[in-house]
Order: sequence, then C-alpha cells, then structure tokens
Amino acid sequence: MSTTKALEGVGGFLDDRFRGAKGFRTFFRKIFPDHWTFLLGEIALYSFIILLLSGTFLTFWFQPSMTDVIYHGSYTHLDGVRMSEAYASTLHISFDVRGGLLMRQIHHWAADLFMAAIFAHMLRIFFTGAYRKPREVNWLIGIVLLTLGLLEGLFGYSLPDDLLSGAGLRITEGVMQSIPVVGTYLAFFLFGGAFPGNVIIPRLYILHVLLIPGLILALITAHLFIMFHQKHTQMPGKGRTEQNVVGAPMYPYFMAKTGAFFFFTFAALALAATFAQINPVWLYGPYTPVAMSAGSQPDFYMGMLEGALRVMVPWEWNVAGHTFSFNVFVPALLPLGAVFTGAALWPFIERWVTGDKRDHHINDRPRNAPTRTGIGVAVMTFYGVLWLEGANDVIADHFDIALYTTTRIAQVAMFVGPVIAYILTKRICLGLQRKDLHLLEHGVETGIIRQLPSGEFTEIARPLSEEERAKLVARTQLRGPAELEAVDENGIPAPATRGAIGKVRARLNTILTESVELTPTNGHGGNGHGGNGHGAGEPARAAVPAGGPQEISAGAGPAASPAVSGGGGAGAVGGAGAVGGAGAGTDGGVAGHSGSADPGSPGDPGPDGPVQ
Amino acid sequence: MSEISGHGEPNGSPAEAGGSHPGPRRVIGTPPPAEARTLLGTGLPDGPQPPPRELPAGPEDPRKAKLAERIVAACFILAMLAGIGFIAAYIGLPVHTVDAVLRSNLALGTALSVAFLGLGVGATIWVRHLMPDVELTEARKPMASTPEDRAAFAETFAEGADASQFVKRPLLRRTLIAATLPLAVAPVVLLRDMGPLPGTSLRHTVWKKGTRLMEFVTYQPLTPADFSSPGGMVTVIPEGYEYDDDELAKAATIIIKFRPEELEKPTVLNWTVDGIVAYSKICTHLGCPASLYEQTTHHILCPCHQSTFDAPRGAQVIFGPAARPLPQLPITTNAEGYLVAQSDFHEPVGPSFWERG
Repeated sequence: MSTTKALEGVGGFLDDRFRGAKGFRTFFRKIFPDHWTFLLGEIALYSFIILLLSGTFLTFWFQPSMTDVIYHGSYTHLDGVRMSEAYASTLHISFDVRGGLLMRQIHHWAADLFMAAIFAHMLRIFFTGAYRKPREVNWLIGIVLLTLGLLEGLFGYSLPDDLLSGAGLRITEGVMQSIPVVGTYLAFFLFGGAFPGNVIIPRLYILHVLLIPGLILALITAHLFIMFHQKHTQMPGKGRTEQNVVGAPMYPYFMAKTGAFFFFTFAALALAATFAQINPVWLYGPYTPVAMSAGSQPDFYMGMLEGALRVMVPWEWNVAGHTFSFNVFVPALLPLGAVFTGAALWPFIERWVTGDKRDHHINDRPRNAPTRTGIGVAVMTFYGVLWLEGANDVIADHFDIALYTTTRIAQVAMFVGPVIAYILTKRICLGLQRKDLHLLEHGVETGIIRQLPSGEFTEIARPLSEEERAKLVARTQLRGPAELEAVDENGIPAPATRGAIGKVRARLNTILTESVELTPTNGHGGNGHGGNGHGAGEPARAAVPAGGPQEISAGAGPAASPAVSGGGGAGAVGGAGAVGGAGAGTDGGVAGHSGSADPGSPGDPGPDGPVQ
Repeated sequence: MSEISGHGEPNGSPAEAGGSHPGPRRVIGTPPPAEARTLLGTGLPDGPQPPPRELPAGPEDPRKAKLAERIVAACFILAMLAGIGFIAAYIGLPVHTVDAVLRSNLALGTALSVAFLGLGVGATIWVRHLMPDVELTEARKPMASTPEDRAAFAETFAEGADASQFVKRPLLRRTLIAATLPLAVAPVVLLRDMGPLPGTSLRHTVWKKGTRLMEFVTYQPLTPADFSSPGGMVTVIPEGYEYDDDELAKAATIIIKFRPEELEKPTVLNWTVDGIVAYSKICTHLGCPASLYEQTTHHILCPCHQSTFDAPRGAQVIFGPAARPLPQLPITTNAEGYLVAQSDFHEPVGPSFWERG
C-alpha cells in the first residue's frame, strides 16, 4: 500500500532518529469526547493563532512612535493634520497597504472573538463543574489567561493613538493615579512622566507584541498539555463513566474536525472584517487631550470596568493631606477583582464546603448543581448589569431613557439583580430536576390518550431510551462524605461540623448540595409527590412546608445515594416508574426526600396538588 | 497506555473490569471467529495474529459516500478558485483612496471568506459522511501515582538532597539565599528610571498672569466682544502651547458666557469677565475632556463617565462619579482687550492623586 510506503520513507527516517512509533500511535488513538460546548475553547485557541498571524503582518508597517508628523497621505480628509507617527502609520496600513485594512479588521475582530470565546469557555467549565479535581490548576491558568487577554486587548487598542484610544489611556492613567500611596509614582513611571508623554505607545507596543503574547502562548501551551495529559472531561451519557473516555480518536477524526473548525473560525473573522467595520480610526482623528467625542465605548471586554466607574457614587476623602479616591479605585479594582478572585477560589471553596475529594471526569448538567448554577448566574447578572452600564449612554439614546435613570437603575440592579437571578435560577434547576425525575419514573408523555375499560382516561407514556436514561441518571452525588452529615443516626453532630467554622461549613454544605435526589421506589409515595407540581420558578415551599428544599438533601439517608450513576440506579428508578403510574399527570415532584428515613409517611399534599 | 474497546461494549462496569485495570479488549463490531480466519488461508505464519482493526476501513454506504466525495471536491475547488481570486484581487485592485480601499477590502475579504468557508464545509462533510462512524472507549487511569511510585520518588528526592549537602550544611543554604535576595530586588530598582518623580508637576499648569486664551482649533485670541450673547461652550488653550500635549492635558479650559445675573456662588465673580467664566476642561474624575454642554440646563457633561457639572454655580458636581467641581480659572482682559488669565488655577486640575490632599 502506498500509505505504508510513505511511512517507511519519512516516518522511518524520523523514527530512526527519535523513536516515535509507539508514542505517536498512542497519540493518534487518543480519544476526544464530543460536545458542542467543547468547541468554545477551540475558538479561543484559533482566534489567538489568527491574532498572531494578522498581528505579525501589522507590525511590518506600524510605527510605535509618538513623534509628531504632519500627515500628507492618501486619506485626504486629514491632510496637513499634526499627528503621531503611530496614528499616521495606522492610516498608512489602512489606506496604502493592500489587504492592510482587512488585516487590521481581522486582528480587531479576532481580539473580540478571543475574549468572547474565553468568557464562554469559562462559563461552560464553571456550569458543568469541569474545574473540579483534578483540573483546578488548569482553571487557575484559564483565569490568568483571561486577565492577560484583557490587558493585551487594552494595550492593543491603545496603540493607534486615535482619539478614542488616547481617552482609554487617559482613563487608565487616572485609575493608576488614584491608587493610594504608590499610584502617582506608578503612573509617572509607566508614562515616563506626566500624561501623555512620548513613551507610552512604544512601551505598550513591546508589551503588546512580545511580553504578553509570549506569556499567553506559554500558558496556552501549559493549558493544552494539562488538558491532554488529564484527558478531556465528557458529558454524561450511555457508556460513559468516571473511568473511561468515549469519543472519536485524534487521528483522523479529531484532526479533521478541528482543522475544519479552524477554517470556520478564520472564515467568520474574514466575513466580519469584510462586512462589519470595526475601529475606523481615521474617523476619530488623532489623539488630543483637549477634545473628546460622545458615545465613546471601549471594547466589550472592558465594558464591565467602564460600567463600574460610571455607576460609582462620588466618594472621596481627604485625610492628613492625602486623597483617597474611592470613586475611582474602588470600582476599578473591586468588582472585577472580586469576580476573578472568587472564580479562582471557587473550586477550593466548593471542595472545602462539600468535603468532596474525588476526581471528576463526567461533567455535571448545570441543573444538577442548582446552587452552583444559581451562583454562576448571579455573578453573570452582576457582571452583566455593570457591562450594560458601561454603554449606558448608548442605551439611553437608543431606548429613549433618561441618561441618569439608566445609572440609577444600574445602581440598584447590581445588588438586587444577582439575588433575584440566584433564586430564580435555583428554582428553575430544581424544577428541571423534578422534570427529569418525572421522565425517569413515568417515561415521555406521548400525547396519546387511552380510555381504560373502567372508563378512566390515561396518557400513554413511552419509556426512555437507553441513551436518554443514561443521561438523566448519570449524576454526581453532590454531598460529600459522611463527615459532613449534620447529625448521625443517634443525633450526634459530626466532628467536622462542630465549632463556629464547622457550623458555617455544615450550613454552607446544606445550601450548596441542595438538589432533588434520585431515589429508590419507597420515596415515591412520600410527601413530595403529592403537591409541588408547579414546575420551574415556583417556591417548593408551597408543598413542602417543613423547611422546604433544604430538607431534600439534608434529610436523605444513605440509602438514597446508590442511585447516582451507573446502571444500578437506573434500574431502581425504573421500578419507581412502574409503581408510580398512578401519579401520571402531576408535573414532577420532590420524590423521596422523606426517603428511607420515613418511607411510610402520609402524603402532605400542597394546596392544589392532585393526590391519587 | 490505552485500552480501547468498541462501542456497545459495556465496559467500565466494575464486575467485568475486575478492578481498575481491565485486560486489553480491542473489539470493533463482531470479529470473525479464529477458525474462520484460518480457513480463509491468509498465509500468515503461526504465532500471534495482528490485532483486528479498530477503525472500519470505509463508510457503510458507498453510494452516499460517492455523492459526499463529489460535494467535498466541489467545496475544495470553490476554495481554490476563491484563493486564486484573492491573489487576483491583490494584484488587480489598487488602494490609496477611500473608495478603492473599500473595494479592495470587499474583494479580498470575500475571497478569503469563501476560501476558508469552502475548506471548512468540505472538511466537515468529509468527516461526517466519508469517514466511517466510530465511537471508541479509552480507559482513564486515576491521576495520582501509585503509592510505590510516590515512595520511590520520595526516596530519590531525599537521596539527592543528602548528596547535595543542602540540608546538612545550613551555612551554604543561608548564604546562597542571601546571595540571591539583592538580585531579586535588582530588576525593580532597574525600573526606577522609567520616569521622573511627580514632584509638584500635577499641581500646576502653564496658565499664568497675562497668558492669552486662544480658541482651540483656530488658535486665535479671544475678546469679550466675540461673545455677543450668552451661548455655547468654547474650548481655549494657553497661548504658546498649541502643540504641547503634555501641558494641554492639564491646561485645557472651557469658557462659557452667561448673563451676569445667572452666575451664582460658588463661582468666583472676580474671576469672570462680563459674565464669561472659565473652568478647567479636564474632568476631575479621570481626566477626560468634559466636552459636552447643554445650553438649556447649563450642564457640562463629561462623555466618558457622565459626571455632570453645574456651570453657573461653580461647576459643582450634580451627577456622576466625579467628586470635585471643575476648578475655575481666574480671567480678565489685558490692555488690548483680549481675554487673559489672572493667574494659574488655584488648585490642582484633573483627576485626584494621592498627594493632592
């Protein structure tokens, strides 16, 4: 065969020198699980490659110099205007280099896509719990990459020295200056004196084209190697366990797919650069500290910082001849700093609270970790409010809202919004879990109504297919080991929950592990099933008065846990379906939270829940 | 490393796997029984047989595959033509004017997009409709090393530490650390010459007694007569510093003409001329030029973060994150009737800084 012959030639040459046959065989057969959300990280990776390619092209003409020149180039509207060489060379790339404008726009769009993909990728990792052991370190590397991406973007769009980018630098300088004690010095050192000086663009340039991309490249390499070494996580499904990886092999499947995806990413960026103008610096004019235009927005990934600065109240203290500019350094450092620090610490907080020290390779469906998902959406809401506030002048203009009203709304919404989002999301998750439980117990409603000989009408339910069932039953047990069970059978608190910190930990554990359990049959007739058929968004309290949802996990006895994953649990729940046929028509229920602890308890029907 | 088994294999169930290391199982579909292979007479010598294929050699439906092949080839040909078009557009379309640049951008960008789309679509159809469907399973070992490996490593580490004498000889250890400490600080010290110390430079601007107010853009001096009636906001800069961005970043000023009775405290009336009042243009929040002025409400608005200043009342903050009013520049007229500064600003302009007080 010709394939074999080719291998003997080149492959033989290389193998004689590097002994790669065995390693490469393993490499070629490495299994990659498939899920559309796994592409988000790939978008970020390919955007970065495109950034390197297009950015290198731009450096051939760009002059990172703040020396003043009088422009006499192709863009006649600015003829005779005094500007920096940086700005003039940007005009030159745009108007005098063939493909220059295209590459500039691809570069800018790729930067936006890079950041958007990182955000989306990070959210996917968070909501599916893919950051858990053993992947915490890669999660931290990801957060550093995101931070570096923000800086890289900020420095990059400052380089053309147009009116907008100069304003961004002015704000950066103002923020630095506001930092207590060292701020003024930091600003003077970075800018080589007073703003704007004549060194900031060359300095940002070398950071933008060498130092930060070098760090990003190194960290991406580490990120990928760790991912490769630890093997990818997989979504729950048939045949997927914590001990295996199910998917297609690297060669040729993953190579071809990911190659195609690189082409699509490049095509999307080329399309955007062709048809969607971005950062037309020639319209803004060169930077001058004297003028500014309305409606000036930073790139989207800076919007949250911008919004935080806008939403802040004017607090400033003067103490003993020194100024504390709370109105600047608090919004500049606190909200984004809290989000990033919180994200970095989260895997360790969750680990401590739940006491869960196991490895996790099967991702959670977000609904199956209601508290985590709720916290995630709450943070997104907080971020989103500030992000929108970063464009409040545009919003006020487009939607005809008074400018100050938008800020006042944001001032309230940044605190209230996350709380509402948390509660709603958690309820929706619990509702979806109940829906899953209902599907497991009763199968899929077919819409076919049959009349029984007795005259009763019933709806025929189709049993779940194996794949569907596997997806629903594959759930990580949220609860950690027994050390955190608040009270053992004899009513004695566990050692880990004693003392003030222990109590906090036990309480957090209860909140964090709140979930609808998949339980064996005997929970079915309990007080959960009767009422509480309202579905998402409705507080479960209506039907479960005694403490409501907290009871669901805290009260579940050890007997409830085997149903977590694998075929055994599926069987047990399948049995529940058979028994529970009578309950058809109720829309889910908190089955089994009375579980083994109190199997015979009579139903505690909610006000409007039908009881059979 | 990898145990690979075909789909449909109920692997991973502990009973069958017999612990964390199931024996190698490489089965795809149904392998022919061993006797059948012998009967076929492959001519292979006795001994270990090569493992059966893990990936099928071809697609299940050859007719569908043929169609897919043609579509993929068409996509690739399209991509090739687009690539040629890209080169043609590069050679054929000039730039140097706005219209030409837009034409060139459209042609180059469209060609590039089509080329990559053709490649992407072609490759995707190739994978999905020509490569046979497979789903393989690879075993996943626990990440942690075995206790034996860990113990062996600990031993190696300890041996090395002993051999190096690092633990045994604290004098060496401490002097080594002492030797590296100054070098660790050196890079920070080296950055000292990145810029001058601030000194008092943020407290002053170049405005001084007698400096004429020049209109920004035209660079012409102004007289009170240029403001025949109350109206808009004019940006002025100090004479002689038209192109000095470092100074303009502090000295940019706005003047607004009011009817004298409109001006109220804390505006310093002695610093105004005929209802004309001058404020620093540099926002006290983060230094953006406060460029927007609403004539009906007399509000000065900074476009960056919407700090709003009440122009006739000392430019006090009435909304937004700025904490201080825009400083007022004392102005008067000189002998020739031009507007001039009485002095510098009486307080630092622009954003706050630690030493401002």
